[in-house]
Amino acid sequence: MSEPTNPSTPSGTTTTDGQGDLADPAARRALMSGVAQVPGAEKPDPILSVDRITRHFGGITAVDVEHLEVQRGLITALIGPNGAGKTTFFNLITGFDKPSSAGKGAHWSFNGAKLDKTSAPKVAKAGMVRTFQLTKALSRMTVMDNMMLGAKDQTGESLAKAMFKPLWHSQEGEVRAKAEELLARFKLLEKKDDYAGSLSGGQRKLLEMARALMTDPTMIMLDEPMAGVNPALTQSLLGHIQSLRDEGMTVLFVEHDMHVVQHISDWVVVMAEGRIVAEGPADTVMANPAVIDAYLGAHHDTDLGDDDLLRDEVVKDLHHEADEEEAARRDAEKGKR
Amino acid sequence: MLLAPLLALGLGASPASAGVATLCLAQPGQTACVSGTVGNRTNPVEGADVVLRDEAGTEVNSITTAADGKYSFQVTEAGNYFLFVDPESLPDDVEIIPPAPRFQEDDGSIRVPVKLGRTATPDLEVRSVDYDAEGSGFGEQIVQSIAQGLRLGLLLALASVGLSLIYGTTGLSSFSHAEQVTLGGMVAYGLVNVAGLNLWIGILLTTIICGATGYVQDRLMWQPLRRRGLGLTQMMIVTIGLALAAQYAFQFFVGASQQKVVVRTFDVVEIGPVRMTDMSFVAMGVALVAIAVVGFVLLRTRVGQATRAVSDNPALAAASGIDVDRIIRFVWIAATALAGLGGVFYALVVSNGIRWDTGMQILLLLFAAVTLGGLGTAFGAFVGAIIIGLVVELAGPLGAPGDLKYAVALVILILLLMVRPQGLLGRAVRVG
Amino acid sequence: MNEFLGILDAVVGEAISPDTAAVAIAVIGLNIHFGFTGLLNIGQAGYMLLGAYGMAISITYDIPLAVAVLIGLVVSVLFSFILGLPTLKLRGDYLAIVTISAAEIIRYTGRLAAFEDFTGGSQGIFGKDYQGPFMDLSFFGSGSFDLLPLNYRDAGGGAGLRVVGLLVAVAAVVGIVVIAKRMKSADGQAPKIGTTATPKLVVAALFVVLFLALFFSFPQTEPRTSVDGWWVRVVAWSLVGVSCIIVFLLVRSPWGRLLRGIREDEEAMRSLGKNVFAIKMQALIIGGMFGALGGMVYVLTGSVQADSMGRQLTFFAYTALLLGGAATIFGPVLGSIIFFSARILVRELSGAYVPNSIMSTQQTEQFSYVVVGVALVLLVIFRPQGILGDKRELRFHV
Ligand SMILES: Nc1ncnc2c1ncn2[C@@H]1O[C@H](COP(=O)(O)OP(=O)(O)OP(=O)(O)O)[C@@H](O)[C@H]1O
Ligand SMILES: [Mg+2]
Repeated sequence: MSEPTNPSTPSGTTTTDGQGDLADPAARRALMSGVAQVPGAEKPDPILSVDRITRHFGGITAVDVEHLEVQRGLITALIGPNGAGKTTFFNLITGFDKPSSAGKGAHWSFNGAKLDKTSAPKVAKAGMVRTFQLTKALSRMTVMDNMMLGAKDQTGESLAKAMFKPLWHSQEGEVRAKAEELLARFKLLEKKDDYAGSLSGGQRKLLEMARALMTDPTMIMLDEPMAGVNPALTQSLLGHIQSLRDEGMTVLFVEHDMHVVQHISDWVVVMAEGRIVAEGPADTVMANPAVIDAYLGAHHDTDLGDDDLLRDEVVKDLHHEADEEEAARRDAEKGKR
Repeated sequence: MLLAPLLALGLGASPASAGVATLCLAQPGQTACVSGTVGNRTNPVEGADVVLRDEAGTEVNSITTAADGKYSFQVTEAGNYFLFVDPESLPDDVEIIPPAPRFQEDDGSIRVPVKLGRTATPDLEVRSVDYDAEGSGFGEQIVQSIAQGLRLGLLLALASVGLSLIYGTTGLSSFSHAEQVTLGGMVAYGLVNVAGLNLWIGILLTTIICGATGYVQDRLMWQPLRRRGLGLTQMMIVTIGLALAAQYAFQFFVGASQQKVVVRTFDVVEIGPVRMTDMSFVAMGVALVAIAVVGFVLLRTRVGQATRAVSDNPALAAASGIDVDRIIRFVWIAATALAGLGGVFYALVVSNGIRWDTGMQILLLLFAAVTLGGLGTAFGAFVGAIIIGLVVELAGPLGAPGDLKYAVALVILILLLMVRPQGLLGRAVRVG
Repeated sequence: MNEFLGILDAVVGEAISPDTAAVAIAVIGLNIHFGFTGLLNIGQAGYMLLGAYGMAISITYDIPLAVAVLIGLVVSVLFSFILGLPTLKLRGDYLAIVTISAAEIIRYTGRLAAFEDFTGGSQGIFGKDYQGPFMDLSFFGSGSFDLLPLNYRDAGGGAGLRVVGLLVAVAAVVGIVVIAKRMKSADGQAPKIGTTATPKLVVAALFVVLFLALFFSFPQTEPRTSVDGWWVRVVAWSLVGVSCIIVFLLVRSPWGRLLRGIREDEEAMRSLGKNVFAIKMQALIIGGMFGALGGMVYVLTGSVQADSMGRQLTFFAYTALLLGGAATIFGPVLGSIIFFSARILVRELSGAYVPNSIMSTQQTEQFSYVVVGVALVLLVIFRPQGILGDKRELRFHV
């Protein structure tokens, strides 16, 4: 991986000279310690960098990001109240949606390559793979088929060669073996011949994550991976995500549960009303007035960093209403299809 | 084996071929036919004297058309022939529309190139004399076409608004909606022509009966199917099956020929360069009023607001206490009633009668209208219908021959989809 | 009894007629579109018409048969591009509307007097103008055919042989049903295409036996063709067989998996780096080529008549597909056979047993179509997976 030289890297000593380093919490902290805790801060070795992306829906501005960089090899959390524009932001940078500012200064690049006009499949091929907030399991296909679809560069996927089994038979075996390994890791192996539609909501989240991993991504973007997953499984999922990072993958994920965020993320980006309002390590960013403002509005005097408070009614109440709406929307989307 | 019934099916779309085939069959290398209809199949001209002359000017044969307006000549030599319709034999107020200049002869006859083994079907369509007598220039033709386009558009709108509402509230593209239109014409034919009811009472009753079919359908079929969670594609195929069954049921009961709702002809009214039957103006008026009522209901009443809410987001609507099933039933009733009303007037003023496939012929226009406006938006469907109506009627004078004028509407639709996939008034859908 | 045999003759005759085979090929194409990829193509008849025009017009210009067929296929590919480019990036409904429109445009255009020199206008192109080169290829000579002791011509007269033939046919049907049941009850797991090949092979073999039995027990004469329809029939059904094999080979491959993935969720496929647009285009082209091929076979016994390949035919194709079972290999073939022979059965039965005062001959025809329409509705409601489809797939809504 060629490293773009960044003249203004705050701490010249801690560049990513090895992925092994980043498995060590201290090294990660050291790496990010020199990064300014302001929106749009520059990172020592950004894998993704975004400039001036805006997206309007009718009158409302869903996303308005001036600048954002995501550090390579770390877990970055993207948080923000419902409707902050997180999913829309994901859609924009993965090619599922086009910025309103396209051609007017909107610019983003991944791993050194421009993505301004890249279609969603090409973004995924480039190594940036995302999952969806509303899971997209391929219901009438088996779990195994779901997984095998994820693998990249399959010979048998070319129409010209598809009819001749010898041409793809051995590769198929390799893909299957890899899929089984991943399924085992995600505790889905015994389900491999079931239809994906028969899986529970949480299992689908797992399947979708596993399927995304089949593509061998450089960076994985998870939209609320823990929603609807039980606490025990959440624990093991968090373990998975951390081990992905330790293997050198970059993770960007959206999450509403602050405990999860505090537990695994190395860096937190806070969005509100389409803008990035704060950045910083998980333990300090919660105390940022802008974040409190975004989440609590009038409840100015509460400290979001206070862990106990988060478990408390305050946040729950605030989220409750929004969650209901979200649930209704989810149902609606299901009904629409 | 298969071909025979299908050919019979094709009848609807190919008026000339089926009838003519029995009269004159061109044998390759031996004979050729010159045949067709005076007027068109919906408006045949009876009693027209048609003469066929050869290049030397000698008469080959002559025919006086029967009620179906059909004529047919057999010839044994290739070459140019000349077809002449005696203007005296035509009804006083009509004349033959002149052909393209290269086929036009000085004596008013039409040059017909004939090849052995082929059947030539020159157009002998008629139009009203005044049409030309007023020196109907290109501009006036356009104005007339615009008026006709508005008429067609308004009638299409009656059906397409309902189609769009159904799509909006249930997600279903109903292919049987066209048969609802035919049903309107058929019921009116039964009530007014056969049973002899007063036309206006007949129209009212037809609308009510058609609305009732919507109620019954939703009650017995759509609601239970929704409850069972049948997929939308499956439901769409159910509508295809219904359409098929309905078309043949119409044929079964009414026969395959065109039936008039009222026997008498309507008076022609002239407003500036525009000439249409008085009934046309009534039809346009009624359609406008009906659509205005729909608009009012949608915008200003609780039921309408609920309908729009359901279109927007059924789950959210249900969660906020709206009885979604009731709304959908209301939509079905309204949609089928409007389609029936549209069908009656379509039969009265556009197609001059009703036939089992009348609706099927405008199905594509309905879909085009709904798509053009943006799937699922009632007002979009209205705008789309007017545009489609205008395009179809204007395509003729602007140079699209025959049925190709329908094709023009569809081409426009395809072009629009390339530029604005969500339709004129539609919204883009959300991903993820 | 004679009446009964007459009805049977008509029904079986329809079941093995080349027209049924032709539609079956088109339905196989539709199955790639709709069954496997989820593309809502409501213009399959348009593909058929294009294929038929492509081949027939080429032959009338003295182009060799093989090239003419190729031209028909190429035309269908071009058509796929025209249809696909504007619509395949949009929601499925749009493809439906555009395909049905485009098919109609082709039909209108074909009927247009302006193109009479090419398409024959609404009269169409007569069979004798283009069927020659195909018929010349026939190696069946007079049209009679011997297979061991069986002679195609004679069997029709020998009642004994006919009964034996029928018994064999019934046995084959029973065998197929039994094996199919066994395959179903051994589920619990979703079947993987390719792994349960043995029973499938047996079923295929039984189908062949069934076909031969019917074939020899119910000889057909096709008055419009010079070789007793034998040649046409064999070619048509061979093409059906070849099409089935091609589809089988295609859908068991990773490419086939892509198709099913797209049917389930395009966005998910895009997120995995699959070029959904290109794959859908490939599927549209392949299925369209089968449609064009079906169209060519369809006109081998009749004429190329625009109105014989209109919307109705597409609707019939859908009925046949759903009847047999979408996204299965043999479903389209079985569905077509049952669909067309069932309609003839209804027509003949109502013709024979319902007095003319209640239903005229014309009305029996219409009645049979009403029954078909209602059957389609009931089928979708009560057995949406069709005869060969997998019920469990339906539990999950797409
Ligand atoms: N296709 C669309 N059409 C109209 N408005 C949209 C569309 N997609 C998103 N929005 C709006 O954009 C805003 C941001 O939505 P987004 O889904 O990105 O929020 P989010 O941060 O992901 O919220 P959550 O945490 O609830 O998932 C919301 O107000 C939403 O209503
Ligand atoms: Mg979101």
